[in-house]
Amino acid sequence: MTMSGVSAAFHRFANPGRFLRLAALLLPWSAGLTAVLLAVGLWFALAASPADYQQSETVRIMYVHVPAAWMSLFVYANMALAAAVGLVWRHPLADLFTKAAAPVGATFTALCLATGSLWGKPMWGTWWVWDARLTSVLILFFLYLGYIALVHAFDDEERGLRAGAVLVLVGVVNLPIIKFSVEWWNTLHQPASVMRLDGPAIHPDMLRPLLIMALAFTAYFVTVVLLRVRSEILARRLRQLQQVQAAG
Amino acid sequence: MSALIALVGRELRLALRQGTDAAAALAFFALVVVLLPLGIGPEPGVLARIAPGAVWVAALLAVLLSLDRLFAADGEDGSLDLLRLADLPLELTVLAKALAHWLATGLPLLLMAPLLALFLNMPAEAYGPLMLGLLLGTPCLSLIGCVGAALIVGARRGGVLLSLLVLPLYIPVLIFGAGAVEAVLAGLTPRPHLLLLAGILAAAVPLAPIAAAAGLRLALE
Repeated sequence: MTMSGVSAAFHRFANPGRFLRLAALLLPWSAGLTAVLLAVGLWFALAASPADYQQSETVRIMYVHVPAAWMSLFVYANMALAAAVGLVWRHPLADLFTKAAAPVGATFTALCLATGSLWGKPMWGTWWVWDARLTSVLILFFLYLGYIALVHAFDDEERGLRAGAVLVLVGVVNLPIIKFSVEWWNTLHQPASVMRLDGPAIHPDMLRPLLIMALAFTAYFVTVVLLRVRSEILARRLRQLQQVQAAG
Repeated sequence: MSALIALVGRELRLALRQGTDAAAALAFFALVVVLLPLGIGPEPGVLARIAPGAVWVAALLAVLLSLDRLFAADGEDGSLDLLRLADLPLELTVLAKALAHWLATGLPLLLMAPLLALFLNMPAEAYGPLMLGLLLGTPCLSLIGCVGAALIVGARRGGVLLSLLVLPLYIPVLIFGAGAVEAVLAGLTPRPHLLLLAGILAAAVPLAPIAAAAGLRLALE
């Protein structure tokens, strides 16, 4: 694609009406893909993969915990990218994407913390420990909540979205801290096994369900964000119509 | 440069005239530190153990209290529009406000900290790293706080929202500041913690004004 082709596409999809048509087209596929991937992933995770030699069946929590953790970082990174695009190029849908993605990211982070806690009790003997990885993910969770609170704190919707975009970019410094916390600090949380320079240190039989679940969660994220952005656009239209009606 | 100094001077004169605001932050600092022995029990060993962290948390909360009106007051009376139109770039305006805020709030907190640490029976060798950590950390708190204060100009319930926005960003400063004292109490060197605090300060000085100025421009549209 040429540069003018990229910017043409950029501007073409800035039209909310066109986005609604695109969303209507994509949603059934995205939802279907989510369902299929989730079914296949869960079958592999719960039935068709081996139990761990040390942790036996408890290791299966990993197939929810790790993809949820990946998603919490992935969603925030996407939000930061959209925030930058919204602030620099004023793309009208970028800020709506950020607003739509935030609760999904917050839920994935909460899921990561909860499943991690459930996994930690039998494995480490404790529900929680204040090591670098857990603390920085908890900070990420509060950053999500702070963003959601800030966006809803203004009567002027645009102002809220832009203030939130600045906040997301300020908090993006937390992402490398989370990723490298297990290397920089002596932590109880285990170091990276998949995304390493030396390649994954995990057996393919366990890597397969992990990746399928990660794809399933990503498809879920795409589905939910499409739905939520569509709702935001329609809510905006509704407000405009109400204002026109109120004006007489 | 003279515009920067003039702005810092204006802020300090305002802070002096409304002296009760800074004094209230100091009183809050003292009150939180007083609450702890009353809640936890007066056993000297226990208090000595929590003293460094308690002083840090109390200082953090006191700084947080004073940030609320930093830009909101200017936004309400129109000074923010004048500052936007002035010769001084908005980023330097934020830097000036952060410096003035630190001089009016952070520095007094820093000076009062040893007295309050005394109430908590803090060991003698901990005073040095505590003061050094606060010296490096309180400017960070002012700078990071400016970002939050700029974003909430004109928001509903700005004060509570500010806490939610700014406290997650304060956590690294707290961890390294309290960590420096803990290191000394464990017989290790506080150097890594203090260097990391200095690093956070070095990053905050250029970056926080940029983010805060972006937030102020949103408030002025």
